[in-house]
Formats: sequence, structure tokens, C-alpha cells
Amino acid sequence: MERIPILKMGNFLLVTIQVDMHDQLASALQDDLTNRISKSNAKGVLIDISSLDIVDSFIGRMLANTSAMARVLDAQTVVVGMQPAVAITLVELGLNLSGIHTALDVEKGMEMLRRNVGIPDLDKDTGAED
Amino acid sequence: MLKTEIITVTASADIVAVRHAVRRQAVTIKLSLVDQTKIVTAASELARNMLVYGGGGEVTLELLQNGVRQGLRAHFVDSGPGIPDINLALRDGYTSGNGMGLGLGGAKRLVNEFDIESTPGNGTRVTITRWR
Amino acid sequence: MTTSITKILLNQRGQILQEWLRQQLADRNLRTDLVSEAELRADSDRFLQAFSEAVQSGNLSDIQDPAYKPTLEMLESFSRSRSHQGFTPSETATFVFSLKQPLYSALRSSGESDPVELVDKILTADLLLDKLGLYTTEVYQRSREEVIRRQQEEMLELSTPVVQLWEGIVALPLIGTLDSARTSVVMETLLQTIVDTRSELAIIDITGVPTVDTLVAQHLLKTVAAARLMGADCIISGIRPQIAQTMVHLQIDLSAVTTKATMAEALRFALKRSGRGTLENMKSPASKD
Repeated sequence: MERIPILKMGNFLLVTIQVDMHDQLASALQDDLTNRISKSNAKGVLIDISSLDIVDSFIGRMLANTSAMARVLDAQTVVVGMQPAVAITLVELGLNLSGIHTALDVEKGMEMLRRNVGIPDLDKDTGAED
Repeated sequence: MLKTEIITVTASADIVAVRHAVRRQAVTIKLSLVDQTKIVTAASELARNMLVYGGGGEVTLELLQNGVRQGLRAHFVDSGPGIPDINLALRDGYTSGNGMGLGLGGAKRLVNEFDIESTPGNGTRVTITRWR
Repeated sequence: MTTSITKILLNQRGQILQEWLRQQLADRNLRTDLVSEAELRADSDRFLQAFSEAVQSGNLSDIQDPAYKPTLEMLESFSRSRSHQGFTPSETATFVFSLKQPLYSALRSSGESDPVELVDKILTADLLLDKLGLYTTEVYQRSREEVIRRQQEEMLELSTPVVQLWEGIVALPLIGTLDSARTSVVMETLLQTIVDTRSELAIIDITGVPTVDTLVAQHLLKTVAAARLMGADCIISGIRPQIAQTMVHLQIDLSAVTTKATMAEALRFALKRSGRGTLENMKSPASKD
């Protein structure tokens, strides 16, 4: 089964979802991201869903779970690029995605992560250790 | 003249096939983008329900023509255990698995017509319709 | 029975076409102001060709049969273009009905000696052409529906423009009474504009809205929620005391939404908010680095 690639940019992870994900692929992504965050000590995760024309409750759940798990691992997640029709549908569906940070696109998503988490690379050594 | 399309759902990849088929049909009758998205999402939810709780089943799509009005209707039929309390299932927050408790209530809001028949031991049949 | 109509159209198509044209051109009601002889000839030829091929299938009653697909397609585009040119639906249907006369003449002189058989054939052709003529009317109705729908959408979009107030800030001044359909279109336009202009802040001003009912209020809240999912925030401004009271009565929960009394205040707020993101990165001469 193919897996969705995860790119590392400093201490941020970047995922671009470009395929219509079947459930197993979504679950695999969730697992891969969690592992990768833990292994790389990433502080920020950016998930680009601008290519998704459907987000149903399973994918929504995956995004919410990933965000929650990342938080436990001390990383912040931002979901970017949700299409208007998808957003309208999700609201109608009643899916509760509170707790997920969102941004209009990758650039603004990175800005948000930098503001809240610090600049990638520069923070690697000066980031507060708990 | 009703064009019908039947998709068998036995694995999660079939849910994707259902999405694509519903999208194709929705485009054929020129539903707006938002309406397309709504019915494709509803179909995805119902197809998954069918797979996870009904042991798989069959999705039938048909294009409707009511005078000058066009519509898209989808039937989701399984011969699984059935739903013991439909009203409970339709209420948001109901969950029998590890879901977010959306299931039927959410899907119902996304379409114009929603019909469900289900009795324990006799499987479940859900029909949704979106008119242009 | 089948072979006779089919054979006639196969063998005498040219003559039938000529006779049909002659009769159409002789008709005083022909809209020569809308169609030229050459166009009429081309249309008639096209229809007759498709029709002839369709009846070769042997099916003379069911126009939903795949054999009639080319005929229906021809009639579909024919009906649409006729309607654009200004023909009434009756005039368009008459085009199909007018084929009856030349077809019957051909049937009569086809050498069928049994009058009962002849009447039978004529009736079959009659019913068939009726169905095809009525089909053009259906197409006409459908295309008029589309025109009206498109005009309505355009009017809706024009009547509620989304304005870009500043970089990253858009405003939607709503005016007049809102019904459910209009509100939907308007909200979708706002969300799309947010994407197109990459605006993180949207001000929805309802100063010009006299009353807000539950449905409209729910639409507003859904739009705010959808915008948030997309990465933008909404500010609702211009809520007059009466509307505030109505909303409380209807138990509409605005606690999660930023509200301001006037558009001006909303804009001030928005500028301060966006300033955090943009001005921060600008180095001014006085700043220390």
C-alpha cells in the first residue's frame, strides 16, 4: 500500500494530501505522523488539504486525532487549504473540529507555526527543554 | 429512462469508488459544487456504515427526472444485523463504535430526502436524494 | 407494418425531404424573419436523416430506445437554438409535426392496398412524431429553467458584492431581507472570496438587514464556522438592539463569534488584528535589531 510522504523542514513536518484517501491510507498517515513527530522531535506539523474535495467524518477524525496526539508530543498542528465547499459540508455534517488550528494556505500555515512555535532550524538548539 | 449504477462495497477502497461514482453522477445533472460535495460526503458516510456495521453491501445510484427537475438518488442496502433503535441512531452523538457519533444524523442533513428501513436481523436500507 | 414506414424512409428520403421543405416554405406562418431557407433545409435534412436511421431499428414507438439517441440529441440542440433565436415552443414543435403530411403522402402512394393497414401505419407514424414533437417542448422548458436559474444566481451575486477593505480583510455588507436561498449563495460567495483574496478576516455587516430569523442566523453562524475551518475569522457588525434581542430570544449563541456595533469598529478591530501578522515583519528605522 502506498503511503503519503512526510517532508521534514527543520523541526516542522509537512504533509500534502493529494489523493482521495481510503480509510487505511488515512489511518496509516496518522500512525506515520505520530511516529515521525516522536522520532524527529518535531515542533510543528502542517497538513495541506487544499487538494481534497471531500473530507468526511473518518478523515475529519483522523485530522483531529493527529492534532491531539501531536499536542501530547509537544507539537502544534495546522491544517491548511480547506476548500469552501468542504468547509460548508463539514459544518453541516456537525463534525466538531475544535482544537484544530487552521490557515488559508501553506504560507500562512507556516507563519502561524513560526509565530507559535519558533522558526525552524533556529529553534533546534534554543528551544526550551522541559 | 433511468440510468442506474451499482457498486458493491466489501472493502474500504470501495468507499472511494462510491465517492467517485456519486461525484460523476452529480456532475452529470449539474449540481452546484456545494451540493455535489454534500451528497458525495453523505454517500461516503453511508457506504462506510454499510461496510463497518452491515458487513458490506450494495450501493445503487439512479438519476431522476421529475418533470423538469433533475435529481440523484442513492440506495445503500446491506444484510447486516440491522439497527435496533433508528431514532437513537439518527440523533447526533449516538455511537456504537469508536466514531465521533455522527453517522446517520449528519448524513441526513446533507441531503433533501432521507429514508431508512432497518429491523434487527433484516439488514438496513438507506435511501438519499439530492434534487437540483 | 414495420417494414413499410422503414422502407419508405430508406428509399424515398430525398423525395420526402423535398416535399417537406416545399410544404414548410409554403406555410404562411413560417418565421422567415428568424430562419433562412438554407438553415431550414439543413435542419430538415439533419432531422430526417437521424429519424430515418432511428426507424431502421424497427422500434416505432419507444423514443427512449437507444436507436433514437441521435434523433433526441439533434432535437435537443435544435430546440435550444430555436429558443435562443426567439421561436416559441409551439413553433419549434410544429417543425416536427409538419413532417406528418409528406410522410403520409408517401405512405398512401406506397402501394398499401388494405385501408386498415394503411390507417394503422399512419397512426403509428402519427404517435411517433407526436412524441418527438413533444420532446422539443420538454427541452425548451428545461432550458428556460436553466436561464432563469442562472439569471437569479447572477442577480444574487451582483446584489451582494464582497468588498476588499484592506489587504487580508474583506467585508460583506448585507442589505435587505434575507431568505434562505439568497443567504446561502451570499455566504458561498464570501467564502470563495476569502480564498481568492487570501483574506484572514471577514466582516459581515448586517446594519442594512431589518430582521433576522432563526434560519438566517443559523446560516450566519455556519458561515462563521466554515470560515474558521478554512483559516479565516469573521466579525459580525451592525447588530441592532432589536436583532440582538431576537437572537437572544431564539437562543442563538453568539458567544463564540466576535461582534462589533458598527462596521467602522469592526474594521478598526480587524486592522489591529492583522497588524500583528504583517507590521511585525516590517522593520522601521527606529526599531532595534
